[in-house]
Amino acid sequence: MCGIAALFAKTSATEAHLGALLADMLEPLAGRGPDSAGAAVFRDPVPGGSAKVSLLDADGQATDWAALGAEAVLSDRGDQAVLHVDDPDGMRWAAEHAPHLIALGAGTTMEVAKRRGRPDALIADMGLRGIRATHALGHTRMATESAVVTAGSHPFSTGDDLCLVHNGSLSNHNLWRARLRAHGIAFQSENDSEVAAGYLQWRLREGDDLVEALERGLSDLDGFYTFAVGTRDGFAVLRDPVACKPALLAETDDWVAMASEFRALAVLPGVEDAEVWEPGPGVVYAWTHAAVSA
Amino acid sequence: MSTLDAPSTVVTLDRVARTTRDVNAVLQAAADGHRFRIAGPAGEHALAAGLTARIDVEVDGHAGYYCAGMNQRASVRVRGNVGVGVAENMMSGRVEVAGDAGQSAAATAHGGLLVVRGSAAARCAISLKGADVVIAGSVGHASAFMAQKGRVLVLGDAGDGLGDSIYEARLYVRGDVAGLGADCVEKPMADDHRAEVGALLAEAGLTGVDASAIRRYGSARALYHWSTS
Repeated sequence: MCGIAALFAKTSATEAHLGALLADMLEPLAGRGPDSAGAAVFRDPVPGGSAKVSLLDADGQATDWAALGAEAVLSDRGDQAVLHVDDPDGMRWAAEHAPHLIALGAGTTMEVAKRRGRPDALIADMGLRGIRATHALGHTRMATESAVVTAGSHPFSTGDDLCLVHNGSLSNHNLWRARLRAHGIAFQSENDSEVAAGYLQWRLREGDDLVEALERGLSDLDGFYTFAVGTRDGFAVLRDPVACKPALLAETDDWVAMASEFRALAVLPGVEDAEVWEPGPGVVYAWTHAAVSA
Repeated sequence: MSTLDAPSTVVTLDRVARTTRDVNAVLQAAADGHRFRIAGPAGEHALAAGLTARIDVEVDGHAGYYCAGMNQRASVRVRGNVGVGVAENMMSGRVEVAGDAGQSAAATAHGGLLVVRGSAAARCAISLKGADVVIAGSVGHASAFMAQKGRVLVLGDAGDGLGDSIYEARLYVRGDVAGLGADCVEKPMADDHRAEVGALLAEAGLTGVDASAIRRYGSARALYHWSTS
């Protein structure tokens, strides 16, 4: 099971209420993943030379976020916060300044939030309905591969504004985790999906674009999966060549959406006139804001 | 009441007032000849599943998984797309989808007719047991896997592994076949096969179709017996 919802705005009108739309999409997916929920939103880029880092205090202690030495605390949700830091590598900053905390992701635009339980708790906690964003990914998790803890919730990011949500499971993640560590990618968990995020980050650092990285992943990542991936400017979907895990894509002049089931697309404005299709097995579908506005 | 002139009852599904279970209870209790329209399906699962009477149901939008599953005698039309498993295990009757179908359409269906005006995804007619399946568009990979009985007509293309381990179902494809599965082979089209295709098209209500390029596929029957060679 597990549910995926992703929304990519093609107009500023859609950006204005993108968080509320993603919240509407996540709620019907609670049945596919009641264990935990998470979301990544892409908004409000910080200046070059700095980064946003999303942190989790897994012990649930009342962390004094302001005391960590960041430029600013952009949001404080008790056990989680988004900080603005004066280091272009937010994950490196987190490892140096907050080694006892879990870095949920970092980049110039991406913010990650996770919460155990059904998605309504996450939606309220992060104020998702009030968020303006260019694109966002969400996930409802039915845990199969690792424990039901906040840190094991999707989306997964290893930095560089890249994050991934995954329905399925990977079988060669231990091999790739070790290989990627040798390439300097740091992991926060034993989760298989985090390895896929790290793999894509590595390939982007090596010069692949998102489509090339995902196409290479078809031969390197073994297992079954539907992936939705967000980057600073882009959004992509890939299903494994056997394509057991469900996925639907829908597109209008205003947005591109991906969800595990049509119930999550039915809430979107204009869906009755959308082009709706099932992504083919082993085919990369990708959009960038640069291409949409070109 | 005859099916044609009976007024249509509109059953609105809006998650607050009526659940899928309520809607299906109304449909499952109806007598032959009644007509219904399900408004606001919103991708809900198992709509119009388990029907047994000769009723006519129109689903006014997209439906989720297992739409019209286990159908007997009823006629169900969907004015949108359907998710996984439309008309799965259908016994009789007719299910027609205006848009596309998700994977495993008509899986294990024993009888009746499924018509998809768009395309069907992977595993269409998997383990087919006697139903007729007509797809105006294309079908995905592993379609007609282990199909035992019945007919599948695809006017578009078929994905890889068509008819893998097939028994005695008969497959007709007009477009390209990406690859045949184990023990599935092309077979010659004779007059009775052309007549069979014509009858399927007529039953599906597809007119003006150029059937000249349709090719037939079926079992080589080499897997029926154990061979050590």
